[in-house]
Formats: sequence, structure tokens, C-alpha cells
Amino acid sequence: MNVLELKGITKRFPGVLANDHVSFELAEGEVHAILGENGAGKSTLMNVLYGLYEPDEGEIVLNGTPVRLSGPRDAIAHGIGMVHQHFMLIGAMTVTENIILGDEPTPVWYHRREAEERIRSLSEQYHLGVDPHARIESLPVGLQQRVEILKAFYRQAHILILDEPTAALTPQESEELFSIIRHLTQQGISVIFISHKLDEVLQIADRVTVMRRGVAEATLSARDATPQQLANLMVGRDVVLRVEKPPQEAGEVLLSVRHLQVAGRDGVERVHDVSFNVRAGEIFGIAGVEGNGQFELAEALAGVLPVSGGQLLLAGKAITSMSALERARAGIGYIPEDRSTEGLISDFSITDNFLLKEWQNPRFFGPLGLRRSVAEAYALEEMEAFDVRPRDPRLPAGHLSGGNQQKVILAREVSRSPQLLIAAQPTRGLDVGAIEFVHQQLLRLREAGRAVLLISLELDEILTLSDRIGVLYGGRLVAVVPGETATREQLGGYMTGATPAQEEGVVP
Amino acid sequence: MSAGTPVRRWGAIGGVFFPVLSVLLALVVGSIVAAATGYNPLGTIGALVDGAFGDPTRIAATLSAAIPLMIVGLGVAVTFQAGLFNIGAEGQYWIGALAATYVGYAISLPPILHILACFLAAMIAAGIWAGLIPGLAKAYRGANEVITTMMLSYVAIYLGQYLVESGPMKAPGTLPQSPIIAPSATLPILVQPQFSAGIFVAIVAAAVLWWLFYRSSWGYQLRTIGRNPVAARYAGMSVARQYVLALGVSGMLAGLAGAAQILGVQHRIYDSFSSGYGYTAIAVALLGRNNPIGVVLAAILFGALTTGGQMMQINAGVDAQLANVIEGLIVFFVAAEAIIRWIQGRFHLPRRASGRPQHAETPAVVEGER
Amino acid sequence: MDLATIFLSPTLWAMTLSLGTPIALAALGGTFSERSGVVNIAMEGIMLTAAFFAVFFSSLTGNAWLGLLLAVACGLGMGLLMAWAAVHLRADQIVIGTAVNMIAAGLTAYLLHIFFGQGSPSNTPQLPVVTIPGLAQLPFVGDVIGHQNVMVYITIGLFILAHYVLFHTVFGLRLRSAGENPQATESAGLSVYRLRYLGVLIGAFLSALGGAYLSIGVLNSFTQNMTSGRGYIALAAMIFGKWTPWGAFGAAMLFGWASALGYMFQGTSVPYQLVLILPYVLTVVALVGLVGRSRPPAADGIPYVHAR
Repeated sequence: MNVLELKGITKRFPGVLANDHVSFELAEGEVHAILGENGAGKSTLMNVLYGLYEPDEGEIVLNGTPVRLSGPRDAIAHGIGMVHQHFMLIGAMTVTENIILGDEPTPVWYHRREAEERIRSLSEQYHLGVDPHARIESLPVGLQQRVEILKAFYRQAHILILDEPTAALTPQESEELFSIIRHLTQQGISVIFISHKLDEVLQIADRVTVMRRGVAEATLSARDATPQQLANLMVGRDVVLRVEKPPQEAGEVLLSVRHLQVAGRDGVERVHDVSFNVRAGEIFGIAGVEGNGQFELAEALAGVLPVSGGQLLLAGKAITSMSALERARAGIGYIPEDRSTEGLISDFSITDNFLLKEWQNPRFFGPLGLRRSVAEAYALEEMEAFDVRPRDPRLPAGHLSGGNQQKVILAREVSRSPQLLIAAQPTRGLDVGAIEFVHQQLLRLREAGRAVLLISLELDEILTLSDRIGVLYGGRLVAVVPGETATREQLGGYMTGATPAQEEGVVP
Repeated sequence: MSAGTPVRRWGAIGGVFFPVLSVLLALVVGSIVAAATGYNPLGTIGALVDGAFGDPTRIAATLSAAIPLMIVGLGVAVTFQAGLFNIGAEGQYWIGALAATYVGYAISLPPILHILACFLAAMIAAGIWAGLIPGLAKAYRGANEVITTMMLSYVAIYLGQYLVESGPMKAPGTLPQSPIIAPSATLPILVQPQFSAGIFVAIVAAAVLWWLFYRSSWGYQLRTIGRNPVAARYAGMSVARQYVLALGVSGMLAGLAGAAQILGVQHRIYDSFSSGYGYTAIAVALLGRNNPIGVVLAAILFGALTTGGQMMQINAGVDAQLANVIEGLIVFFVAAEAIIRWIQGRFHLPRRASGRPQHAETPAVVEGER
Repeated sequence: MDLATIFLSPTLWAMTLSLGTPIALAALGGTFSERSGVVNIAMEGIMLTAAFFAVFFSSLTGNAWLGLLLAVACGLGMGLLMAWAAVHLRADQIVIGTAVNMIAAGLTAYLLHIFFGQGSPSNTPQLPVVTIPGLAQLPFVGDVIGHQNVMVYITIGLFILAHYVLFHTVFGLRLRSAGENPQATESAGLSVYRLRYLGVLIGAFLSALGGAYLSIGVLNSFTQNMTSGRGYIALAAMIFGKWTPWGAFGAAMLFGWASALGYMFQGTSVPYQLVLILPYVLTVVALVGLVGRSRPPAADGIPYVHAR
């Protein structure tokens, strides 16, 4: 019997069709996985189910009755529980306090012991092994996640949505989670398991629905599905439109990454033993699903995140121990992932933004201080070269459109004539015209014999521009393939772990 | 305002608009208070303005009152520019005054040199006081500088009171005060009774600060860190070092103000030297938008409120404290610029319409993903 | 007087309790406000406002209790102003607090001169001093806590209540969650705005009691700026007390003890100011983390923006 049916759910946002007539069923005691790339519409669908969005079309049927969910409270009242990828927990409080918050068993006095007893028995019933009076901040991530699961059961959930539940877990913790999920389904709990990792989905799910570009492509039985089949469904078979790109001999090695290891800000290692080279006149694309270490890699190369192991060479010179500014001076340009928080200072004028890495440059800061006319002339010149509009160097950068902001960053980094440009998600959120402009600039750098490291979550962008493509999966570089012959299927296989890592060394 | 300042192009208008509006709103509320307590509101405000600017002596008094506010306000502005909050300028002012007084009476030097020595001593002492403890604590231990500067402010004041009441700086006699400084250390008086050459110190400080903020590499770093520490780190700036420097320079200025007050006006320090300048200076910096030119103008306004308030009491019989109420209201309206936007939001419907799609485009926020 | 005489005199300890009480009340108020996520340095201004209106209404009505009640109402009004600006308008909490303090200082002095000229009426009714039968007869202890202003006993009661409210009630749990992680609070279906308003208002209520105690408890008059920074001291006591009621109480009493000692040392050769400095130095030391680091609520001072 189906405990949940979503029928023809459509949800539009301005300019985006996030869910296009999506239908989905969940049987009692079933684990139904939703598989898809970033932006495939999984989160939107779950937010519709959790009452955060009202669908434009379609119907939600719970236990045979159509319902209208106008908020998370409604969803919770109907027995739907959600474990977000980012936990909603209060570190300084105990497990029990976190669980009962907002839905306390008694109205006035908080009877700690009774509440703890209740949590303990719930924890035992579902084999979660959580200590009710432990402080959240003292618990490892895996146990914190179980607290989130307990929160749902405390509110009598019988449908549990797990959003990318293994993203932050160690392999061992993931195994433990799977065994918990199996216990849950035996007790009649139904689970929606959202993921982009094929192997996990095949291991835990009964059925798999693959989403792509807002559409539910197919629903398959996990027993019958093959990894390659799912990977193909996930990335699609569209023809890749490759840009006109003059053939070019790659020159000397400009960037050499050797056995790089990087820990994220949380101290957990995100990049494991990654080695590759980027040559002059080459665009090297890094493909991967979000959260597989690509941005830690970018930050480590730019010198913002410390390297915990391995070596970096720029044109043969070791740069491993250089600071961000020293690397910039040595010839690394960096377009960070997030324009507004990392790349620009929005209430600074455009001119001031151009000076971000020039505060020690005597060309702009002379003995009498800032040479304003020099700086403004320089900014104006670059704005003309990169067609930043409106062409007013005194305008605050925050007043520019996203595309023009990105042009300012691009102009700033490119004007320093870097040997290597690291471009992390350089076209995120831009309109078509601006995307094309950014792509042309990257190709021009390639023509000029510079090296470009392009990191993008958009597979199309990687395929369109790259001479060679490396794939990151789980923080490891699992494959390096020539861009010319690469296909979506091939990359999809590596990105999702469906295809095992290339055997021989990936350093060409 | 320069093009180098982070203000929109029509910033000359935009940057002045909100402060002026805040002052006007504060005057309106202030006159309502006057009316509610039985005074003619227009007459009250008139007496206030006349008291502050009515004749050259009054203007001199206004400017005289503005001197310490300008210098301390500049100091507070330094920390605001760096994204910090120095609420303990009062204590740093004391430290500077104590150091200047000591050098002023205990050492003998030729005239101009003596003055410079006093200023230098005050700046070093107060700079270390603010930079060393709150600065290092903030940079390397993450200790909230609002609290540390505030606590050290009390420490400085009690220390000062001890020094002049029973400590080594007490002058012979029964009064709790220090000896008087040597004539070689006093600043010339421009207009009697007390409008001193300290005004030049303030103007020079403002000019130097303006250059530092908008023309120097240091100021560029400071402003970058204050607005976006992440981008600053990407550009290779040392956030910790700038925090220490910003608090240190802020303290130096507060100390300089204390010295200017001793050398120009008081000539000795006594136990009730406390002034409230540390708090008023916050208002001055905020109203001046942390721009040295703005700070100078805001300090003159607050000086006018002080002087005008006293004259208003004498001439119109309205208690001078009304001026302090107006000062507080100015800060309130400046801080709650949102009040003005809130009023806009209430009565201009288009804002509401533009609010919705924004929300729809950013599902991540709703989902609580950050 | 030698040191032993001073330390063993019940006067010192009775004074500690009396001088520590207004600080303790405001520190407790600050604890509630900051536990909900709003840094409230307006406690100084709220205390001062209540101190003035306590005298004003007390002399007007001829009843100290009525004066107290109306003073608290005025303090709540100031608190409401603070909460509105800090929570709804998301103005900088420190700046708004500074503004409230400046307004309160000016307004109370202005109204004092308008209504009373230079001084408040000398016949202003005062909150009574209570003698606890039995307790008051005990040697030493009786001299210290047996015979105090009624507000001292009320304060002790409020602390017991506050501890339970904060840590043993559903409301306390919710209030603390708003100061730790407002996103999580909101996701549990609670209103962060409402909780923060309540936090600030409870803070204002307690600070107002502290202010009123100064003017119609310890004395029966109001003088210009009579709180003289006790609101800020309370902030330090709250931090030193690690944002817990009993911690705040202990820290406030330490400040009270230092002031009492300061009074006792006045006129002796001991520089009393150096005694007064001690608590401030300890607070800085606690903040820097040299001795048992003091950690504020995680979302303290960060305005919360509604998700929807």
C-alpha cells in the first residue's frame, strides 16, 4: 500500500521550471531513493512535500487522502519527518532538549528525567543508540544525525526524508546509518533517500527515481537497475555543443599538483592524494557533484586553505608554503565560487575593488598614497576591455548586475596576466550573454598560452570548454580524460562512482 | 566626500541625507518633549541655535566643546572602519590626559617641544592601553572588544582617580587634583576663555585620518577588513594585525584628545575629569559616517548642542538637559536607519511587491541551508 | 581600622548585599536578554529611567509600592523601544543600547529639573526595611541578612525563580534556543521574534527593579545620573557569571563587595580605587580565557531575519 503519492507536481520559480509534472510513490516500509545532480529538482520536490512550497499544479496524497500542506507544521502533523543535510541542532544543549524543543511533553515545567526516559525508549525502539543527556556538540556527526532522526520519530513520523544523509558521514558511519534504515523499514517506516551516490542508492533502496532538470526521468527497481543505466539517466544523453576552439598544442607544465591533501574548515580531510598537471594553453576542467572536494581544492591552490600534505609547483617553482598574496604575485589568478562574499566588496567602488590585491603595489600606492587617477584610469581601461556596464569606475560594485560583477572579478584577475587562472563556478547565476562572455575570456587565456583550471558543477560547461577533464569523486581524482572525446555518460559514471577509478596513474 | 569612499555616486547627497534627516527627526522629537513640558517648541530650538552660533564668542565656545569630540570621534571611526567597536574611549581619554599631565608638570622642556612631548606621551600610553589588551585579546583570543574596552575604561578611570586623590600624581594640598602643568606645555588660547589651539590638532588629525582612510594602503586594508574579512583574507591581508592596529590607533586618538583638553583647557587633571566624551564620540562617529570630514561636522553639531543647551537654559529657561536628550535621539535615529526604511515599507506599497519574488528565488534560505 | 576588623565586620557584608542587589537584578535581566540573543547594554538607561520614575510616582502617589509598579512600567517602555529597534528593525544592538542610555540620561535629568528643581522631595516614601524574626537575632548572620530592604529579599526570591524558569521550564528552554540557534528554533515551529521580545522585556523588568531599588530602596531621592554605570557593571557581572543566574548573582556580589570595601577603605591609607578595579580586571581575564573561559550564547547579538 502506498503511504504517499505525489501526482503531477509542478513548481515554477521566475525563469525556472523546478519541478515539471513529477509523480512519485512511496510504499509502506519502502526505501525509495531520489537520484539526481545538483539542480535536478530534488530539493524543490522535498520542500513541496514538507510544506515549505505550495505546488503550482499537482496533488499530494497521504494514505489515500489528498492533503494540502501549508507549512512544516502541517507536514509534521501528517507524519512526515525531514532530516536536512545541515542539521538544525543546538550545540550547547542536550539531545533531549533538542528533540523536545517546540513540542514539549508538558506545558510549563520541563521535567528533564521523564523527557529523557521517553527519548531513551524511543532510541531503543528504533535502535539508534543515542544517549539522551549527551550534549550535541560532544557528539560525532553520525550521532547528531540520529538525533535529527529521533526528532522526527518523537513527532510520530512514519515517513522519513533523508536529504543527502551520507554527505558528512565517514564510510563507517554510513554503514551504521544503513543498518538503522533497515531496522526502521522493518517497523513499517517509509524512507525517502535523496542522494547523488549511485553505489549507496543501489545498496539501500528498494526503488530509485532519477530526476533530471525538474523531470522524473524514470523509476526503477533497485534490484534490476545497473549503475551505468542510472548514471546515464542522471546526466542525460543530450548532444554537447562544443565551442569553436582552435586546436592547440599544450605547452610546458604550468601547474603541477602532487599528492595533494587538504582538510576543510571543519578539519575533515576533503581532498585525498590528488595529482595532476595543467599545461600552458590548456583548459583543465574539474567535474564532480557538489561536495566532492572541488572547492577545497580550489582554495588550497589559491592559498586560502592550508595544504595538509603534498606539493604544488607553479612553472616548476614550489608554491606550497606561499601565502595567498604571494601566490597571486607569483601568477595565480583566482575567481572564487561566491562572488559577493569572497570576490567583491559590494559597497566599495569598482576602482577600489580592482585594488584588492594591489595594496602593496607601488604603482597604485605611492609615497603620497593612492594614485587615484592611475587607479581610475586602470579600472576604466579594464572595464572597457571587459565591457563592464555602466562604465563608471566610481560606482559601488554592489550596484552592478551579477554578470557585470563577475566581469569585474575576471578583469581584475586576468589583468594581472596570471600564468594560471583558477575559475571556480565562474558562470553560476549569470544570464546567457554573460556566460558566453566568460567562456570567451577563458578561451582567450588558453590562446594566449596560459593555463586555466575550470571547476564547475555544470557538466555542460566542463565539456564545452575543457581540453582535458579530471573527475573528483569523494575527494579523489578518479579519472582524467581528453575533453574532445569525453561523453556525459562516461563522466557521469565516474562522478557517481558507477565506474571505478582509472587503474593506472592519472598523472599524464 | 571623495570618490574613494564607499558611497554611491550621488553619495554626496545620499551620504548626507540620512544623517541630516536623523538630526531633524531628533530636533522634532526634542521640541515635542519641550512642548509637552510647557515650553514653546520653536522658541526652544531657536534659543538652542542662537546659543550655539549667535555671536563669535558662542561660536568659539561651540568649537571649543567640539575639539575633544572631534578627536575621540575620529578614534572611534577608526575602529568602526575596521568593523570593530571601541566603547571604552572614555578610559583611553583618561589615560592620555594622565600621561600628558604628568609630562606637562614633571618634565621641563622648551615650549613647543614640551607640547609635542605631552601629545606623544598621551598617544603612546593610550595607544598601548587600547591596542595591547583589547586589540591582542580580540585578534588572538576572539574576546569581544566591546566588553574589554568598556571594562578597561573603568579600570583607567579608577586608576586616574587613585593617582590624583592619593597617588603619586596628587598635588600638595587637600584637593584631589594633580599639579598644574608648566606654562611651556600649555596650548595658546585663540579666543578667551578657553578656545585653544587644540582646534588645529583636531583639524590636522582629521586631515591625516582622511588621508589614511582613503589614500593609504593601510586605510584600504582597514576598510576592506571592516566590510569583508573573507575577501581581505583572500587578498592576503592580516586581519589580526589590523585589529590590533585599529584599536591601538583608536586609543592613540582618544589619548590625544585627553592631552589636548589638559594642555588647552584644564591644565591639570582632577578626580571628576570624567566627561562622557567616550560615549558621545560614538554618536559623533556614527553621525559622521566614519568619514573624517563627517566626524568634524558631527562634532561641531554636538559641540553646538552642549553650548547651545547651556545658553538655552540661561536665555529661554529650558533645562540644558534637553540638548542631551536630543543627542541620544540623534544616535537612535542614525542607528535605526531601518526606521526610515520601515516607514517607507509601511507607506510605499511597491516595496512589498518586490519582496516576494526575491524570497522565491532563494529557496536555500527557506530550507535553512547555508 | 585594621584589615581583620574590616573583613570581620558584619557591616561590610551587609553592605555587600545591599550594594550588590541592584547590580544583581540588572545582571539577571541581561542574562535573560542575552540568552534570547539580544545584547542589551541599555540596562543602564532602563535602570536610570526606573530610578527616576520610582521617585516621581512614589512622591506623587505617596505610596512606594505604587511608585515601584509605575517605574517598572516606564522601564518596560524603554525595553520595548530597545526590543523593537533590535529585533524588528535589526539595528545594531550596541548602538541602539547606547542611544537608549543617552536618551535616558538626558530625559531623567531634564524631568528632574522640570518637576523637582534641583532635588527630589525629601518626603518621598521609601520601600521598607524588613527584619526577619529569628534570623535577625542570630549573631553575625543576623546583622548581615536579617535586616535588609525588602527588595533584597525579593531579589533573592527572583533569582531562585529565574534559575528555575531558565533551566527547568519549557519557556526557558525555548528562550535559550533562540539565543543559541534561531534557525533551529524557528524550524521547531517557534517564533524567534516573540522569544527575543520577551527576553528583552524580562531584562527590562529586572533592570527596572534594580533602578527603582537605588532611588526608593537605598535612598528616597533621585539625583542626576544616579546609576553611574551600574548597568554596565551588570553587563560585566553577567559575563563573569557566564550567563547563568547564580553566576551573575555571585559576580554582582563580588562587585558589591568591592564597592563596600571601597567605602570602608575611604579615609584610610589603602587606595580604595584599586579595590574597585579588581572586578573589571577579573572580567577581562575571564573573557580572554585565562581562567575558565566565558562563552556567550552562540547567536548572541546577531539579528535574526525571518526566513519567510
